[in-house]
Amino acid sequence: MVTFSNIVKYAWLVPLLPFAGFLIIIFFSRLLKGKSSGIIASALISLSFLISLLMFFAQSDSAVKSITLNIFSWLDVGALKIPFELLIDPLSLNMMLIVSGVGLLIHVFSIGYMLHDERFNTFFAYMNLFSASMLLLVMGANYLILFMGWEGVGLCSYLLIGFWFKNDLYNLAARKAFVMNRIGDLGFILGIILLFFTFRTLNFSGVFAQLSAFTPNNSTIVIITLLLLVGALGKSAQIPLFTWLPDAMAGPTPVSALIHAATMVTAGIYLIARSSLLFNLAPFTLDIILAIGLITALFAATIGIYQNDIKKVLAYSTVSQLGYMFIALGLGVYSSAIFHLTTHAFFKALLFLGAGSIIHALSGEQDIRKMGGLKKKLPITFLTFLIATLAISGFPPFSGFFSKDEILMAAFARNPLIYVLGLFGALMTCFYMFRLLFLVFYNQFRGTPEQESHIHESPALISVPLIILAILSVVGGFLNFPEIFGGKAAQANFLSVSLTNYASNAGHMAVSTEWILMAVSVLFLLFIVAFAYNRFIKQKMLPAGDEIPLAFIPKLLSNKYYVDELYNWLIVMPYTALSEKVFPKMELNIIDKTVNSFGEYTMWLGEKVRRIQAGNISFYVFAMVTGVIFFIIINLYF
Amino acid sequence: MKDMSVALKFIPLDHYVLLCIILFSIGVLGVLYRRNTIIIIMCIELMLNSVNLLLTAFSVYHSDPTGQIFVFFIMVVAAAEVAVGLAILVMMKRNIDSVDINLLSRLKW
Amino acid sequence: MTFLFYLLAAVAILSALMVVFSRSPINSVIFLIICFLSIAGHYILLNAQFLAVVHIIVYTGAIMVLFLFVIMLLNLNTSNEPHKSQLTRITAVITGGLLLLVLIAATKDAVLIQAKNPADYNIGLVKQIGQTLFKQFLLPFEISSVLFISAMVGAVMLGKKDSKKN
Repeated sequence: MVTFSNIVKYAWLVPLLPFAGFLIIIFFSRLLKGKSSGIIASALISLSFLISLLMFFAQSDSAVKSITLNIFSWLDVGALKIPFELLIDPLSLNMMLIVSGVGLLIHVFSIGYMLHDERFNTFFAYMNLFSASMLLLVMGANYLILFMGWEGVGLCSYLLIGFWFKNDLYNLAARKAFVMNRIGDLGFILGIILLFFTFRTLNFSGVFAQLSAFTPNNSTIVIITLLLLVGALGKSAQIPLFTWLPDAMAGPTPVSALIHAATMVTAGIYLIARSSLLFNLAPFTLDIILAIGLITALFAATIGIYQNDIKKVLAYSTVSQLGYMFIALGLGVYSSAIFHLTTHAFFKALLFLGAGSIIHALSGEQDIRKMGGLKKKLPITFLTFLIATLAISGFPPFSGFFSKDEILMAAFARNPLIYVLGLFGALMTCFYMFRLLFLVFYNQFRGTPEQESHIHESPALISVPLIILAILSVVGGFLNFPEIFGGKAAQANFLSVSLTNYASNAGHMAVSTEWILMAVSVLFLLFIVAFAYNRFIKQKMLPAGDEIPLAFIPKLLSNKYYVDELYNWLIVMPYTALSEKVFPKMELNIIDKTVNSFGEYTMWLGEKVRRIQAGNISFYVFAMVTGVIFFIIINLYF
Repeated sequence: MKDMSVALKFIPLDHYVLLCIILFSIGVLGVLYRRNTIIIIMCIELMLNSVNLLLTAFSVYHSDPTGQIFVFFIMVVAAAEVAVGLAILVMMKRNIDSVDINLLSRLKW
Repeated sequence: MTFLFYLLAAVAILSALMVVFSRSPINSVIFLIICFLSIAGHYILLNAQFLAVVHIIVYTGAIMVLFLFVIMLLNLNTSNEPHKSQLTRITAVITGGLLLLVLIAATKDAVLIQAKNPADYNIGLVKQIGQTLFKQFLLPFEISSVLFISAMVGAVMLGKKDSKKN
């Protein structure tokens, strides 16, 4: 029988195996033909998943819930002592299972999806590195290891978004993701530095142990949490750093699935949930998180309504769902955030893989205006996509219902207005998801006949992960089956070792209120579906083509509120103008001149000095003797 | 022999030191002064010998034979060095028909 | 005894000077032999008999003869050596003198070591040297033979006529 403390000794294998996969595939890229690299990558990550699963089961039998595994002493410089430690506790186990589990399915999917790409091997190397970084991120026992994984994830997202680097636009998208992330990272680094100066340690346990000495809203804590929040905003694509995520659609679809579902964007949520004790001491920051989450959820949802690219719709729905997670974080119900993160990982991965399957079937077409009527031709994809849509819209008993409901309940307990806004966002989500579903799968096919003749259901490698994810999307909600339905809120209890929900929300609502709210939300959802059905199936309305001018609001929305243009005008253009102004003066006249004159001076000096190195032995001896005399004199008299 | 060994009792060590310094400096002077390679090699021999003498003097003062063993090894190295040095000299004479040290600057390539 | 030391010292210094300043290389070699002989005399004064004998055999007998051979074979005895410029010569003399001064200054204040008492004046005898050499310094002794071999091979290689050129 494996005990928890025994199996944890092998926890280091979990991030190491995918990393080894990365190295193997990168170095033996030429030897790996056909699907072999995909199989290696999938096998290694499935091993990680198995180990995580073993740890999970061993832990549920164990009295000890959280173990810190010291691997080696990493940095030991004066007062700065940072061991390389992994923390295995319910939160990290939860994340490990998501990352490796969903990651595994995406890997398998990619074998089928990427098979004909010329850089198949490189793709899997990057995917493995991505998973390894993310696993390291969630397993690290201190902020620095977390940061290491954080940066690894940022790097891999850059590599994968720009995977088809021959397209300039894709390169720009990758660069944008990287720069946006860097802004967040800067905040995170500053936060880590401030943490160290405040607590003299970066270990989670070490930091949290000292928190009792601080009063709520202590300014240092608030600043630290704000800085960490900046990092989380960048990674989790919240306002104002969200614009990279929709552009990240430039990468291959499995990459989008990996970034949106299992890894990357969840990092910010994880960071805040992990630091829950820290954030509990800063209600001010929590309020900011709440506000940002709420705005992002609504903002992204409205944009989603007018997008015509299947992946863009999904991207904005991710931003919106992440907004919900931030709402949960801001309300201090961290376990609900993690719950929603978990269910979201299932159905968002499913949505993206489904979209991948559709795009694959249509040989690369992404515009929903050119799809339609795919229900008959892609039955598996349709069924799984339908389940995912129901889940993300929040229909009972699909997983999204429970997790979103939990958040909305907590919102209602805080302030009914937040609930109303949240519900409004959820309704919009429902609308655009059903719009997507109806436009893609119902009515007649609107593409070219040539495309139509090629439509085929995807091979098993693609459809099996879809089916598994669909099952998870259905049952995922029962992970944390709420007490009101006679459940035990298993996940919340499980996570309670790692997370401490913010105390002020402990107040319980009347059971009847909860029932009413649920009924109301379901009713509204049904109404929205009916509306969408009427609009897109009965009336067969189609989103207008790009050439037809739109009214003000649709135009605003389909152009994403002109946020990109705003950033461009506000930051990029002044920066470029400044650079162009300063370039001839600073760069050419001062910096270049300084550097060049160093070079010229050195060359001039060398020209002069080289004469004494002309091979004249007499001179050498003379110089040597003079030197000896010189040193003896120095020794004698100084 | 007994009589001779008393020499040390009359001559203080610093006389030996002084003598060796003078011989050594003459050797250095020769290396700097002359251009004839063969004489330069001879001056190097002179310097080596001044050091040998000093080592022996100290060795006798300390009643420790190690110093004399060192002299022995220095002689070995000096012999080898002269053999190679003179071989180079022969080659130099043969190739550039001169033993002027300044012309050896061509060796730098 | 003291007189003998000063005489030998004077001979050594004078002949060393003559090595540097004599015109013809042959003369230099002869003066160097004289110098070495006087150094051998010093060895005998120090009761380092083994060294004295080896010194005469190796230096005077072998090395200096080698020098003579080379000079004569290559016909280097012509005193057409291009002299260094006046400036370099003066510099050389000054530098050499300066080195002498500095070294003397460096050793002037050194604390004199007292001879070990009772001194063992037998250490320079063949028996003593041999025992030290073959007990304590056996490995360096063997290695020096390798050095000799390589020097010999090197000298032969260098001295061989370049077959490509001819």
